[in-house]
Amino acid sequence: MAQREITEEELRKRVRALLDEAHPDKVDQFTFRGKQYDHGLAWVHFPEGYGGLGISPGMQAIVTEEISKHAKTLYDDMMINAIGIGMGAPTVLTHGTEWMKKNLLRRIFTGEDIWCQLFSEPGAGSDVAGLATRAVREGDYWVVNGQKVWTSLAHLSKWAMLLARTNPDAPKHSGMSYFLLDMESPGVEVRPLHQITGEAEFNEVFLTDVKIPADRMMGREGEGWKVALTTLMNERTAIGGGGPTRRGAGSIGVLMNLWKSREKGQFSPEAEILMRDRITRLYIESELLRMTSQRAKAARKAGNPGPEGSVAKLAQAELNKRIWECAMDVMGPDSLVYEPGYTRRRPTSRAREGRNSLSKYQFLRARANSIEGGTSEVMRNILGERVLGLPGEPRSDKDVPWKQIPRSA
Amino acid sequence: MDFAFTHEHEELRQTIRRFMENESPEATVRKLMETEQGYDRKTWDKMASELSLLGLAVPEQYGGAGLGAVELAIAMEEMGRVLFCGPYLASAVLAADALLRTGDDASKKKLLPAIVSGKSIATLALADENGRWDPKAVTMRATRDGSNWKLSGAKNYVLDGHIADSILVAARADDGLGLFHVEGAAAGLQRKPLPTLDLTRKLARLDFSGTPAARVSSADATEALKHTLALASAMLAAEQVGGAQRCLEMSTEYAKTRLQFGRPIGSFQAIKHKCADMLVETEFARSAAYHAAFAIAGNEDVFEAAHLAKSYCSEAYFHAAAENIQIHGGMGFTWEHPAHLYFKRARASIILFGDPAEHRLQLASVLEL
Repeated sequence: MAQREITEEELRKRVRALLDEAHPDKVDQFTFRGKQYDHGLAWVHFPEGYGGLGISPGMQAIVTEEISKHAKTLYDDMMINAIGIGMGAPTVLTHGTEWMKKNLLRRIFTGEDIWCQLFSEPGAGSDVAGLATRAVREGDYWVVNGQKVWTSLAHLSKWAMLLARTNPDAPKHSGMSYFLLDMESPGVEVRPLHQITGEAEFNEVFLTDVKIPADRMMGREGEGWKVALTTLMNERTAIGGGGPTRRGAGSIGVLMNLWKSREKGQFSPEAEILMRDRITRLYIESELLRMTSQRAKAARKAGNPGPEGSVAKLAQAELNKRIWECAMDVMGPDSLVYEPGYTRRRPTSRAREGRNSLSKYQFLRARANSIEGGTSEVMRNILGERVLGLPGEPRSDKDVPWKQIPRSA
Repeated sequence: MDFAFTHEHEELRQTIRRFMENESPEATVRKLMETEQGYDRKTWDKMASELSLLGLAVPEQYGGAGLGAVELAIAMEEMGRVLFCGPYLASAVLAADALLRTGDDASKKKLLPAIVSGKSIATLALADENGRWDPKAVTMRATRDGSNWKLSGAKNYVLDGHIADSILVAARADDGLGLFHVEGAAAGLQRKPLPTLDLTRKLARLDFSGTPAARVSSADATEALKHTLALASAMLAAEQVGGAQRCLEMSTEYAKTRLQFGRPIGSFQAIKHKCADMLVETEFARSAAYHAAFAIAGNEDVFEAAHLAKSYCSEAYFHAAAENIQIHGGMGFTWEHPAHLYFKRARASIILFGDPAEHRLQLASVLEL
């Protein structure tokens, strides 16, 4: 994408022009964000006409900063449409048809259409490319049957990014195609999937004879994996954001506050020494995660991304689990109580505030950090193979037809 | 705080790397580690005359290059990579900084130019018998002798103390902690080289009995020396990063080429994941050391950054050096293979200037935990 030059002042001027036309404190979310899109200020690195200005993605921070200077209402992309904005939009831009770009991008950004991702299956977790959901061509339609799992926001979504097998006789990576699925289609059934915390942040999605018009394919038939990689790459960027953004923020900040507000006499003097050392260690690693992400950002800016970026996801997942384990120890006997109990609720947004027993909830939720978006084991393989250049494992699933590969039931 | 190295920094790094590859290959390290002196005079002179490395952070008015902690860290990292043998940490870091921070103008003028030119090797004798690198723990006495002073007692684990021409000694005077200058050849000074665990860095025990000394400054040196130790800790952390990175490279290289069970051992996840963890820790260590260097250069959160770096980098380097032996298997346990040289350097530098737990304790008190 050819990048235009635009000065910071010019960009700020454009933001002020947007605010003159529609102010977030005065109009609703859809109206304001729609105008923001029309002004090319939604994602500034996208081309003009698609919500951007064709300038460096780093400039987006200036837009946010200028809006926050003049308005109290500040929308968070992660709250509005995390998957649509984080992964759907870049995939549509790179692989979508003209129709898709014209009709979907603006509504992704405003939050009118929530998006979800239908990749993982009960039999295809780390090995997503082994998935078994079948799509069969019938006239102008593809007919889809199968089951997907771990789908955030499926119960709220209008559109899904669906990866399905169109040719089981081809080797696994070349037999898949990528579809845009209307979640309101007949045969799509969404069931809540209750997780370790009792609540259902995710869903299972059952697809039974679901018909998808043939022109809703993204990329070409059999090239679904290539399109999926665009989505997955953006997922890692969205999840492996790299820990606290300022010193002592995030989970380590909660832990340090818990520690500082402990009751006198809760720990023996000897135990205090041990606990203090443990928390200091966690503080050190949190700081180093933050600094390493900062170095990664600087290196990307300078045009020579190094290994710093790839270590963040793995390091953050493992560190976060240890931080919340420590928080449980700091809470001591109080950690035996889980108030107000396992509610089996279904959150309507990604917002976490207002939850009781926040740290205890986080302790449970953190177990997923090293599973979602690439397990720590897969991340270590990626670091070993792509960053350090170590050879891969010998594989028995590469050049054989997908249907001959052994699978879990 | 911004971490970015400039183009000049990168050039400096390349220059030092080339120099170290030429002057300090493994064969040279092995030769020098068997000597009592532990360094090569010609290389030392070239470091002064060709690269101005010995006065990197010394102001130009005393003959130095007028740079700071960031450049010094780059030099230390590159030396750590090749296990450079020489009194750099003692002379160009500890002694030069202690003088800059405590010395009056006369002593700076008298001592610094010779350190910078390499004519004089200097060191800092801080820890007493018990080996604690803490200005507050110093008990050695200094007594007045007319306009001069006399020192009595022992200094232990003094870096390159047996070869130093100039020794800066921390001792208690009647008006507080003083820093004193003692000639290496002074009467009443006994110097004993220690048989070190890490042969690539030399230590000595110094016994003073009424040894004549000149006071370098009149002010109490406690705070100044704490700063010097923070710098030295940060610079040692940078050296540790260089060593850890080299261990990671050795391990990766070996894992790619060593064949067992018909395939490279690096294709086994047991080995691959060890390497991945070493990579994460080495990158974290790098962040810690660079952050500390920039913090000191900008005089911002100096102690927090230095404690953090020294504690983390010590453990990361040791872990990398230990895993390097494991990945090399039986070969890594031999004297011929360089793995043990890194392992011993890593182990010794854990203890130097305070162990990781001590630094975490200090950090916890800065954070009011």
